[in-house]
Amino acid sequence: MNTKKKRIDYSKWGYFFIAPFFICFFIFSLIPLVDTIRYSFFEYYATGLKEIGPNFVGLANYRELLESDLGKYSWNTFVMWIIGFIPQIVIALILASWFTDHRLKIHAQGFFKVVIYLPNLIMASAFAMLFFTLFSEVGPINSMLMQFGIIHEPIKFLASVAGSRLLVAAMNFLMWFGNTTIMLMAAIMGISPDIFEAAELDGCTHRQRFFYITLPLIRPILAYSLITSLIGGLQMFDVPQILTGGKGIPDRTTMTLIMFLNQHLKAKNYGMAGALSVYLFIVSAILCAIVYKMMSDEDGNKKKKTGGK
Amino acid sequence: MMEEKKSPARSALAHVVLIILTFFCLFFFYLLVVNATRSHVDLQKGFSILPGDAFVKNLNSVLSDGTLPVVNGIINSLVVSSLCAAICTYFSALTAYGLYAYDFKLKKVAFTFIMAILVMPTQVTAMGFLRLITGMGMYDTLLPLIIPSMASPAVFYFMHSYLRSSLPMSLVEAARIDGSGEFRTFNHIVLPIMKPAIAVQAIFTFVGSWNNYFVPALVLQTKSKMTLPILIATLRGSDYMNFDMGKVYMLIAIAIVPIIIVYLILSRFIIEGVTLGGVKE
Repeated sequence: MNTKKKRIDYSKWGYFFIAPFFICFFIFSLIPLVDTIRYSFFEYYATGLKEIGPNFVGLANYRELLESDLGKYSWNTFVMWIIGFIPQIVIALILASWFTDHRLKIHAQGFFKVVIYLPNLIMASAFAMLFFTLFSEVGPINSMLMQFGIIHEPIKFLASVAGSRLLVAAMNFLMWFGNTTIMLMAAIMGISPDIFEAAELDGCTHRQRFFYITLPLIRPILAYSLITSLIGGLQMFDVPQILTGGKGIPDRTTMTLIMFLNQHLKAKNYGMAGALSVYLFIVSAILCAIVYKMMSDEDGNKKKKTGGK
Repeated sequence: MMEEKKSPARSALAHVVLIILTFFCLFFFYLLVVNATRSHVDLQKGFSILPGDAFVKNLNSVLSDGTLPVVNGIINSLVVSSLCAAICTYFSALTAYGLYAYDFKLKKVAFTFIMAILVMPTQVTAMGFLRLITGMGMYDTLLPLIIPSMASPAVFYFMHSYLRSSLPMSLVEAARIDGSGEFRTFNHIVLPIMKPAIAVQAIFTFVGSWNNYFVPALVLQTKSKMTLPILIATLRGSDYMNFDMGKVYMLIAIAIVPIIIVYLILSRFIIEGVTLGGVKE
């Protein structure tokens, strides 16, 4: 039966197509989130096989967390993030501008890109275990340095605050600088070549080119890298957990926020784990909002550019 | 201006820095591979730049260890990662197509919502997630590591951007005129067009899941169900010093080297994917 109707309304199909995503998200993320927030107001933990609670205690968990070592662990997380992030962004910026500078004629560009991105795909826990064995007191790094006569006593990397924090930061740096380089390269190559050509004709040096053209034009992507890296830093877990055996040695100076959360979860202290999760959720939500704004600004700009069609 | 054209000094500096960075990126993995081929006794003697002859012996002792079910671990990791990659890419493509091709009332709300949770860490819901899957009887099974990958905002975003740039709606309308149903159109016309995007994201999802440690460590309790990262974490126990070090290096190599090999084969493709997946343009 042919109808005269020219347009069939397909819009309802949209709901079918997006339903699995939203159902799954609802069950496995939203319900857990609500549950987490709810139990953060309860005293609820297990001692041995006995469960205490849940008893409503208001904000007591939040207060107890603030009085505990939460500040110390936030600081640890921040310090290990920042000493990895600064060299990461600086090296990535330098490499990205080198790779995109045709005057430099970098040989084997493809090879270098492949190599610097490689550590990003490595299992962080295995990488941490590898560093743990390589940098242990009787490990190959110490024996290599001693064979070459650089040191005479083995260095106990994990016994000093600086040593263990630097190891964590160095691993974060190694795992992420290649990724950042490739992102920044894409951003630089997105700049119209006309601008660089015009600048070159005007006789601008490579330094001027970098500071007055490249840097201002990729500022949005730099900001994006900063925020997403901060979110990644907030989630720092695998590397310090394995490297220090979950203890944050020495003296919990490498204990991160998620390691702290992991401890509460393993100990089945649902109330405290909930309150800590809510703190983390608030910080992440702020960072998410910033990313959201950046992304929609970008989309808005794109629409303006292609507008009128 | 002519001197600016070529700058041999800067070029040399760039190459030196790149070689140093290359050294640091490869050195540790080189040591890993070398040490995985050396026996425990040999390793105790100290550092060596050359491989040993205990490769087969170490491999055998890792694979036949009764307390450390490595073969199970490899199979579990493969199963979880492959299913995650398949489910995640299919449903992300489905969702992306739903939001790209149809105009419905809640379209804008749905899109805004996904963008808002784009970079939300999963750890903040871990506590509720653990309680939920315990209630559903999925504690200590592989299912809670697989099913939630259906809703991956970042993969969705990638697929959506890809559709916007490469699927003309006229193609979908042509299929409709030919009498193709909506799901048929998606499976037979849209999916093949999205193949490059799906392949890239399948690789990233596979690797992400293969490397995942936090959630599996909370969910899995039985040794035979553990994935590789958790088995590696058990090496870092208190009796670490009593382990056969050749074995330890071999297990780490088993977790890392397959990914390196696959990466080297697909590297060009993967690196292009990184830029597509990040901030575009």
